[in-house]
This record gives sequence, C-alpha cells and structure tokens, in this order.
Amino acid sequence: MKHLVKTLAMSLALTTSLGAIAKDTIKVGFVYVSPTGEAGWTYTHDEARKHVEKKFGDKVSTTYVESVAEGADSERVIRQLAKKGHDLIFTTSFGYMNPTIKVAKRYPNIKFEHATGYKQAKNVGVYFDRMYESRYLSGVIAAHMSKSNIAGFVASFPIPEVLRSINAFTLGFKSVKPDAKVKVVWVNSWFDPGKEREASDSLIDQGADVITQHTDSPAPVQAAEAAGIYAIGSHSDMSEYGKNAHLTAVIHNFNEFYEQRVQEVLDGTWQSENVWGGLNTGMTRLGEFNEVIPENVIADVEVLTTKIASGELHPFAGPLKNQAGEIMVPAGEIPQDSELLKMNYLVDGVEGKLN
Amino acid sequence: MDLDLITNILYATIRTGTPLLLVALGEMVCEKSGVLNLGQEGMMLLGAVAGFIAMYHCDSLFIGFAVAALTGVLISLLFGFIALNLNASQVATGLALTIFGTGLSAFLGADYEGKTVEALPELALGALKDIPLIGKPLFAQDAIVYFSWVLVVVVYLFFKHHRGGLAIRAAGENPEVGSSLGLPVMRIRYLAVMFGGACAGLAGGYLSMAYTPLWTENMTAGRGWIALALVVFASWRIERVMLGAYLFGFASIMHLVAQGLGLSIDSNLLAMLPYVATLVVLVMLSKDKERLKLFEPMSLAKPWHRNN
Amino acid sequence: MMRLEARVQNSPFWTYFSPVLAVILTVITGFFLFAALGQPPVETLYIFFIEPISDWYGLTELIVKTIPILLCAYGLALCFRASIWNIGAEGQLLIGGICATAVAVQFVDSSSFLAMPLTIVAGMIGGMAWAGITAFMKLRLNTNETLVTIMMNYIALNVLLWSVHGPLKDPNGYNFPESALFGESTLLPILVEDTRLHLGLLFVLLAFAATWTFMSKTFAGFQIQVLGLDPSAAKMAGYKQHKLIAMVLLVSGALAGLAGASEVAGPIGQLVPQISPGFGYAAIIVAFLGRLHPVGITLAGLLMGLIYMGGEMAQIEAGLPNSITGIFQGLMLFYLLSCDVIIRYRVRLYRPKFLTPSKISAQIQE
Repeated sequence: MKHLVKTLAMSLALTTSLGAIAKDTIKVGFVYVSPTGEAGWTYTHDEARKHVEKKFGDKVSTTYVESVAEGADSERVIRQLAKKGHDLIFTTSFGYMNPTIKVAKRYPNIKFEHATGYKQAKNVGVYFDRMYESRYLSGVIAAHMSKSNIAGFVASFPIPEVLRSINAFTLGFKSVKPDAKVKVVWVNSWFDPGKEREASDSLIDQGADVITQHTDSPAPVQAAEAAGIYAIGSHSDMSEYGKNAHLTAVIHNFNEFYEQRVQEVLDGTWQSENVWGGLNTGMTRLGEFNEVIPENVIADVEVLTTKIASGELHPFAGPLKNQAGEIMVPAGEIPQDSELLKMNYLVDGVEGKLN
Repeated sequence: MDLDLITNILYATIRTGTPLLLVALGEMVCEKSGVLNLGQEGMMLLGAVAGFIAMYHCDSLFIGFAVAALTGVLISLLFGFIALNLNASQVATGLALTIFGTGLSAFLGADYEGKTVEALPELALGALKDIPLIGKPLFAQDAIVYFSWVLVVVVYLFFKHHRGGLAIRAAGENPEVGSSLGLPVMRIRYLAVMFGGACAGLAGGYLSMAYTPLWTENMTAGRGWIALALVVFASWRIERVMLGAYLFGFASIMHLVAQGLGLSIDSNLLAMLPYVATLVVLVMLSKDKERLKLFEPMSLAKPWHRNN
Repeated sequence: MMRLEARVQNSPFWTYFSPVLAVILTVITGFFLFAALGQPPVETLYIFFIEPISDWYGLTELIVKTIPILLCAYGLALCFRASIWNIGAEGQLLIGGICATAVAVQFVDSSSFLAMPLTIVAGMIGGMAWAGITAFMKLRLNTNETLVTIMMNYIALNVLLWSVHGPLKDPNGYNFPESALFGESTLLPILVEDTRLHLGLLFVLLAFAATWTFMSKTFAGFQIQVLGLDPSAAKMAGYKQHKLIAMVLLVSGALAGLAGASEVAGPIGQLVPQISPGFGYAAIIVAFLGRLHPVGITLAGLLMGLIYMGGEMAQIEAGLPNSITGIFQGLMLFYLLSCDVIIRYRVRLYRPKFLTPSKISAQIQE
C-alpha cells in the first residue's frame, strides 16, 4: 500500500511537471532558407548543427531541410518536423516567424527556437546575435587601413538587421576618421554573386578602398582582391577568397548557444527566452586578422572588444545623428534594445539612400 | 562624373553583358532553326559547375572552358533527343531541363561549393588599352570577351554569306519545304541546338571561372532568362543581340552606380531599370509590324517530324 | 536505331497510359539512383511518393500546395491554346497578392463580411491589370508577349519588394518587410479543421469547370483553338483576333491574381517578400504536361505538388540533399514528355543500314 501511494505520488509529480522531463535521446530539427554551402548565414547554422551532433553523439540526432521558401511552404516543413517527433526545432530565417508561431501552438510540448524574429511564445524562444558589435570593430579596422577614407558597403535589404550593420560599421569607421564616408549600394538580394560583384566594382570605381557587405556570397571579397584593396567578410570567414584583401570577417557563432539549448531540452530545463548574444557570449566575433593589420590597431580593437563586452562602450551610444542631422539618440543615452530592434534610419556619414 | 568613372562603367558594362551575349547568341541560332530551348539556365549552371571542376583539378583555363562548352553540348543533346526525336513540347522540355540542370549542378558541385580558382586574367592588347575612354573597355578585357566578339562576327558572316546560314533559316521557317528540297532538317536543328548548348556552357563557365571565380549553387541567378528575352528583344538579329546584351549590362551597372552617387530614388524602383529599359527600347524597335514578322522564325517551337 | 511512324489516329490507349509508363520509368530510374547513392531504394521511393500523402493532413497539404499552381495553369492553358506565350503568371500572381493585401490591411480590425470578397476581387483585378499591360503592349505596340511577360515578372518582383518595404509594411512590425497579419474576417475560411485546406479549393473547382466548359462548349473557345493553330484561318473566318487575345490574357491574369490573393489570404495570412516559390513557372510546365486540358492539368498539378512535397520529405526522413529533388523532378518531367510520343507515333526499332554512295544514288533515282 505504501508502495502504491509512493508510485502514485511519483507519477503525479511526473505528470504535473510535464515538459520538464529529462530525456535520454532527442531529435533536433533545423530549417534553412538557403543551401548549406561553404560560407554565409546558413553555413554558420549548419556548422553549429554539426557541432551539436559531435558534442552529444548518440544522444542527439539532427535533421535539416535546406532551401525552404519563406512563404506557405515553410509552415508545412516545420509541421512535418514536429510531426516526425523532433523535440527541438530551430527555424533560422526571419520569414519563418509567423509559421513557427502557428505550428508551435499546435505542438505545445515541442520546443521551438526562431532566429532573428521578435515573437516569443511559451514554447518558442527567440535568438540572434548582436552582430553590430563586431561590425563596429570591423569599422575601426577598416578606418585604420583606408587611405581614401571611403568605404563601400554592399547591402541586401533595408531591414533593421542590415541597417544596424551599416550604421555600426560607419560609427566604428568614423570613430577613427570623423570625416570618412561609407557608400552603400543595395543589391536587393541575399545571394547573387554576379550582382554583388558588380556592386563592389562600382563602389571601388567611386573611390572606396575598403569593401564590406551584408550579403551572403564571397564575390565582394573577390572584387576587392582583384582591385588590390581591402575587404571585410561577412557571416563567416571568407579569407579563402582574398588572401591579401580579407582583413577580417564579422562572424556569427551559434555553436555554444545551440549546444546549451539542446542540453536544456535533454535536462528538461528549457524555457522560452529572448537571447541577443553579443561579443560577451561569443555569439558574434571577429575572424582571424590579416597580417597586414598593424599590431597597435589589433591592440586597440582588443581593448574596444573588452569595453563593448563589458557594456562600458555601446556602439550606438548618444549623441547619434541620422543622415538628415536629426538627433536619434541624445547625448549620454544608450538606446533600448527595442529601439535597436526596429532601427529604420542611416546614421550621419552614410552616403546612399535608405532602401 | 569623371572620365575614369565612365571608362569603368563601360568596362563593367561589357563584362556584365558578356555572359548574356554568349547565351543569347547561342539561343538565337537555335531559334533560327525553329527550336526554342528554355533550358538556358540549366545548361549554364551545368557548364559553370563542370568547367569549374575541370579547372580546379587540371588548373588549366583552356580545359576548364572546353569542358564547360562540351558539357553544354552534351546536355543539349538530351534536350534534342526529347524535343526533336520524341517531338515533345519544346517549351516544357526546356523548362524541365532548367529544373534538372539546377538540381544536377548542385549535386555535382556539392563538394566544390564555395571553393575558388584563379580568375581568367585580363589580356590587354598592347598600347591600345591606353586610349582614353574606350581603351580599357575594349582592349583590356579577358580572352572570353574577345572570343565572344569573334563569335558574333563569325555568326553574322555565316548567316549573311554561307549556305549553312540559309539552311538553318530554312529549317526554322518551313521545315516541310526544306526537307522536300533535300535539307537534313533534323541534323541542322541538332547542330543548332548543340551550338546553343556550347554557348550556354561557355557563358556558365565565364561566370564560375572569370566573372566571379567560384562555384556556388544557382549562381547564374536568372541570367539565362534574361538572355532568352534578349533574343526576342533583338528580333533574331545578331547586331541587336549584341546591342541588347550590352544595353542590359549597362542598365544593371547604372542602377548600382546611381545608388553610389547618392541618387535619391528607391533602390527597389531603380532595380527595375534594366527591365523597363529593355521594354522601352523594344517598343521603339517594334513600331513596324510587318518588318518585325520578317525576322521571327515561322516554325519556332513547332514540333516537326519527317513523317508528319 | 529507332524510328517513329506517325499513327493515323492518336492512340486512345496510350493517351491515358503514357503517363503511367512515365511514372513506372521514373520509379525504376529512382530505384537505381537511390541505390547508387547508398539509400534503401524502395524505402526512399516510398518516402518520395507515398509518405507525403499517407495521411489526411498530407493530402490536404498537397491540395494547398497545388491550388495556386492550378489556378495559374488553367489560365495559361487558354493562352497557350491561342498560341499566346504568356510566361507572366508569376508576375500576375505577385501583383494579385499585392493588390489583395492593399485591401486586406484596411480590414485588419474589422469583422465586415465584405473583407474577404473584396480582398479576393482586388487580387483578381490586380492580376488582370498586370496582364492587361502585356495585352496592350502586344496589341497596340506590337511587342512580343514572351519578352514582355518575362520582363514584367522581374518588374512585379521589384514592385513587391518595394511595397513590403514601403507602403504595405506593418507599422507595428519593427520595420521588417512584412505586412500586418490579416484579420480573421479577411482570411479564407478553413474547410477541414486542423488543416490548412482553405476556400481556394472552391476557386480551383470553379475555375476548372469554367475553363473546361469554355474550351469545349463555347464558340469563343473554339475560336481560340483556331487562332492558335492557324492565325490566317482565324483571320479569314473573320474572328475578332484582338478581342480574343485580350480576353485570354486578361482571364489568365485574373486567375493568376486570384492565386496570389488566395495565398496571402490563405496559408500565409499576410504579405511577405516570398509569397511565391515559383508557382507561375511551375504552372507553365503543368499546363504543358496536362496537354492544355483542364483534366490533364489537374492531374499534372497534383503530381508536381507531390514531387515538391516528396523532396521535403526526402530531406527530413532520408537526409537527401535538396539537389536530388531537382534531379528527380527533372527526370520525371523528361519521362512524362518523352512518353507522350507513343500517343502519336509507333516506335519501330530497326538495324541501321549503311548507305554506300551507290545505294544513295539508287535511292535518289527512285
């Protein structure tokens, strides 16, 4: 009898804490917007997936679906992954936000993690990296290496993420050279090597001697290499495409984050969170430095890195003026995350129109 | 805008226009023989990946481009078999070829994804390249650009003075009559399709080995479709194919240059420029309806078989 | 060697069974392809063809995926029958989606019963207007519709990007390129609970019935056929060519616009930059595979949708890369197209005769 009561109590305890049960093995699904490739956004997520597989061995099996269109198809793919018994599903593009939320409602026991979005739910966590922090650092390096004081920025779409990148790069650049200009060309595509090449060439023709980008292909780095100027890679290390040109790259790193979230699901301790990791967590960082960067510049950048990581320095700290000269962040203030999340202006020093 | 910038714009215009010119030239010859091959995108991608792999292992640009062209030919034979021998709808077969080529190239290139090779070097023609304004655009290009010009001249002369050109036209205008006059219509169409394949393969190779020397999935990004449109735009005339390819190249360069110059037009609207420009020029070229009809191959995309 | 002999009449047997033969050939090829890739072939084929529709949900998803393809393809079939090479369903669909959204965002907080119908009508008008530009350029300015529609697709895509980044952007959406989520009253009603099967199915059925009746029962349908086969005959018969051309373009534009509206007000529920993963292009293939007939198109569309879903499933279940899907789809299409040859021709195999010069001259003398 005593025994029975004990079992009952135990099973009760188990049922009430449903969703917090530790598991021996789990399945983790990943939804990618493009092919996994060898560079770029999806590549960094797939690297993290491989990291998870290696780390957990038999305990975790992973599935990925690549090139999933962001329209009506994505909801079906996410739901299929859920139906097939995945315990944790990472959806890695902004356009998956509403589909993820919809599927999550139907599958309350499955955990979802959506990258770059802003909608959270009980079983949907949101994550992204503060890439603007490394963008700021890359701007500092670019400024030290530039002679013409004109940088070229090949940009994809005028969404907050990209605007933060352009602005942070510009602010970093101007922190060294206050009169510098950053020219922006929009290619209206995340991935089009030919067009990115043309855009880079046209920026170089207009005097830019450092090229950076917020697009996925390594073509801008190649353009810089061909023209004998410098480039800063984006998303992942692109030094392979321009041994001399590639100064460094601004890198996403989701390895540790994915590992942590998977561990939490295994332990039964996962909770929905809004994670925006910066230099402090290593979710974003600079890549290897090119040998041509002087020692003292690297030392400077290292100091800045610690300052940003500790919160002592904020790339968007006031006073911050937009292109029209209006104050966007008053002196002495630091913008809220919610403000950064919906940034819709270009800062003073950027040449080129918003969208 | 200074002189240097204009020179550079012209230089970039020709580079941008070259892959379009090659594909469009090949497709034009193909269409003149009465065959519409909408599989340009697929053939380009296969040429791009095969050429790149060959170049990567052999380290020879010549082999790379030869393999690219050859791959184009091989895959065009598949199209030829289905569309010509089996008389399937040319439109549908071409579209299927694009799907197939996109998939196969991604599959073959999976291990080479993101790898890079030494780009095709510039081949400056002596002192000519120092001529102001036009020196760099015309005389400091790479070998494929010069080759494309030679090809344009050869094709032009072929259609103007050679009997073969007449035979292709006959196959495209009225295969029935051509055949009864003893023309090997099927063989002519096959050769034209293969020429188209070679050009598309070469254009793909130009993208993966010269323009942006790397292989990535789907790197043609719709250029095959533009080339198809250019053939119609040119109303099947060689000089207009060339004009169209460079005009399109110019418009796509200008939409980027204009942004850098700080022109205050929305970039999405600016991005329409190449397409709108093409349409406007087309309208101007299309005024004379009767003249226009003279150039369109009458039997374009119509299946034909000797036993018909 | 192989030789084709024309049949006196199309073979009725092969008219229905050539697709079956094609599917069998695809399955056999797939068997060897998957075996060569180190996959269990039978299982992988099952994953590709059966598993996606092995349950009720899968079936409804197949329909959801096929709805926009079919709507576009019915309209395209009308154009192609008239030999109007409209490649522009994609652009017409996008503009339909944009116009529908422009109306739908006015009703975000409204429960008006007019919201949904107005949204759908706006989409149809938008698609029709976009196709109307092509019709105008063809009829008044003599331009070639193939070129115009290809260019209009690119222009439409840029209009879409401009509107989601600009006028239609959700004011509360953190400046991301999306419209506001549509209100309940604007969304197409769901037909089967816990699925995404929406009212678009009804539109497809209506379009199916209408195009079939139009093609086979009306005089205008007949005129279109004549126009496509022999324009000079149509002219001689005194048909109003311009009117016919304008009509097929406008109708197909309206149907593509309807497809766009059904997507934004259906499974997506808002305007996003990627409302179409190439529905308009898929519809071209479907129209031809279906031999420009509504019944054939419907079957071809379902098959097309199935191989897309099979590709997703193969990634999830078998870990096959996405590129395999393309190869497999391409092969299947090649087979389907190739097999149609036996409807019109008898295939004869023969031993090639080597022609010597004397034989040739003998033949010529005959």
